[in-house]
Amino acid sequence: MLELRWHSRAGQGAVTGAKGLADVISTTGKHVQAFAFYGSAKRGAAMTAYNRVDDKVIMNHEKYMQPDFVFVIDPALVYTSDVTVNAKENTKYIITTHMTTDELIASQPKLEGKEVYTVDCIKIAQETIGKPIPNTPMLGAFMKISGMYDIEFFKESMVRILGKLPQKIIDANMIAIQRAYDEVK
Amino acid sequence: MAFDKMELKDIEVWDGNFAAAQALRQCQIDVVAAYPITPSTPIVEGYGKFKADNYVEGEFVMVESEHAAMSGCIGAAAAGGRVATATSSQGYALMVETLYQASGMRLPIVLNVVNRALAAPLNVNGDHSDMYLGRDSGWIQLDAYCPQDAYDLNFIAFKVSEDHGVRLPCMVHQDGFMTSHTAQGVHTLSDDVAYGFVGDFKPMNDMLDFEHPVTHGVQTEEDWHFEHKARQHNDLMTKVLPKIQTAFDDFEKLSGRKYNIVESYDMDDADVCVICMGTSVETSREVATEMRAKGIKAGVVGLRVIRPFPFFEIAEALKNVKAIATLDRSSPNGAPGMLFNETAGALFNTQARPMLSGFIYGLGGRDLTKAHLVNIYKELQANVDAGKVTTQLQQFIGVRGPKLAFL
Repeated sequence: MLELRWHSRAGQGAVTGAKGLADVISTTGKHVQAFAFYGSAKRGAAMTAYNRVDDKVIMNHEKYMQPDFVFVIDPALVYTSDVTVNAKENTKYIITTHMTTDELIASQPKLEGKEVYTVDCIKIAQETIGKPIPNTPMLGAFMKISGMYDIEFFKESMVRILGKLPQKIIDANMIAIQRAYDEVK
Repeated sequence: MAFDKMELKDIEVWDGNFAAAQALRQCQIDVVAAYPITPSTPIVEGYGKFKADNYVEGEFVMVESEHAAMSGCIGAAAAGGRVATATSSQGYALMVETLYQASGMRLPIVLNVVNRALAAPLNVNGDHSDMYLGRDSGWIQLDAYCPQDAYDLNFIAFKVSEDHGVRLPCMVHQDGFMTSHTAQGVHTLSDDVAYGFVGDFKPMNDMLDFEHPVTHGVQTEEDWHFEHKARQHNDLMTKVLPKIQTAFDDFEKLSGRKYNIVESYDMDDADVCVICMGTSVETSREVATEMRAKGIKAGVVGLRVIRPFPFFEIAEALKNVKAIATLDRSSPNGAPGMLFNETAGALFNTQARPMLSGFIYGLGGRDLTKAHLVNIYKELQANVDAGKVTTQLQQFIGVRGPKLAFL
């Protein structure tokens, strides 16, 4: 069982990202689950989304999770919420920030001793898609860190999932995914 | 046909809401009258988009409340058409008056209920309060545990509800957010196969058949009211479960997916079991398997059909078990809990008299963790070892503050 937790703000596309990732993984024969905590949160409120991936049908519907990976797609959430909650010893973190990994860890001591990777998904999204929607670049970074799929296969799958969006937006997303894949450290 | 068909992959990653919306599209509804409410909104929103994109040709009626939504469904069903809608929580509560009209008028309507807590305090998350509120309303109630079930049970619902030997409305329940907003793999049917299973709508006593005039929505005082209600209850008690079983059998032949009126998991040699509904059934199955590795013979009984209550099927499923925990996800507000009461009733006159204890859990979407279930199974085993219930009969789990137990 592979378990992922997304830290996001409502409106940044974590749910769409989680569902998109589930969709890609499902086509390879694995079983998937994607869900989120909503409440009555409004756009901009901190929220979390989740993925489970397994070789057998996923029966577990508890919300409690000890994630293998934590994605943080808004830079301020590292300070305003505990992104390390319920983590395991070997949980890997991919965090959106303009800082280097060392600078980030210095600014948030909770991350000390953890396996932390950084990439500026917000900047990448703004420069490619034209909007600060950091979900697809985060998935590009995840492909690099996890080695889950070949990046070309992943991009082809995402083209299908983004489906009916205008070609220009799809193309921009592909550049964003590739850039995050190349830039994550 | 005037509408387009949709190509689906064999496995689509859908949440429970979209799975239900797709099933409604494939059943080709004549009238959907709907009013949005979290978390069921995406069902009718999705269906509305199918309508806008020419994937369905029925009518979509936007009304001013859930009371009006069900009233519109009743009018359309009486006129003689295939009818469906969706709601949750407060909307469901507002529908309650009309739920009794629909069942009393013997109108085959399918209502997707995305289970959610009832205010006050206001809460949009999933529990079974709304589902429990309607359990005496004369509707058939089917329960989904995951998005696949939410998809499949809609076809079963139309098939059973519209059967001329049944003619009773049917709810398909799914857990708010835990199923409705959780995307998982769903094995699909093609549009033709799905529609072929439910078949064309066959009207009965329809108001628009002017050659055979009928009256709907009549008044009967003490002269006939009781006979109408008794006949409705008779049909629920005697006709519905066999029709559901036939529909499950036919669906298994079509899809390979097997549904049962009572879903027993590892119950053949179980010493201890939980009985529950919704997503909790699946989580419990995973924990039961883990408990067996630790030497506790654990099983799970899930209700697939809540109403009519499968009285004898439950007794049969529980006949060899030594200790049972009933898990009610609704505050009984001054009683032991629906599942506790019904299970006790089903077992009381049988030879098997297992130890029964009840748990109230998960209100307002509070997480039911695997750790909670592990504790319940351990407690049940302790009861078996002691030969008696060692706790109070009603306990609350997952609630903050001092431990709550009653009875």
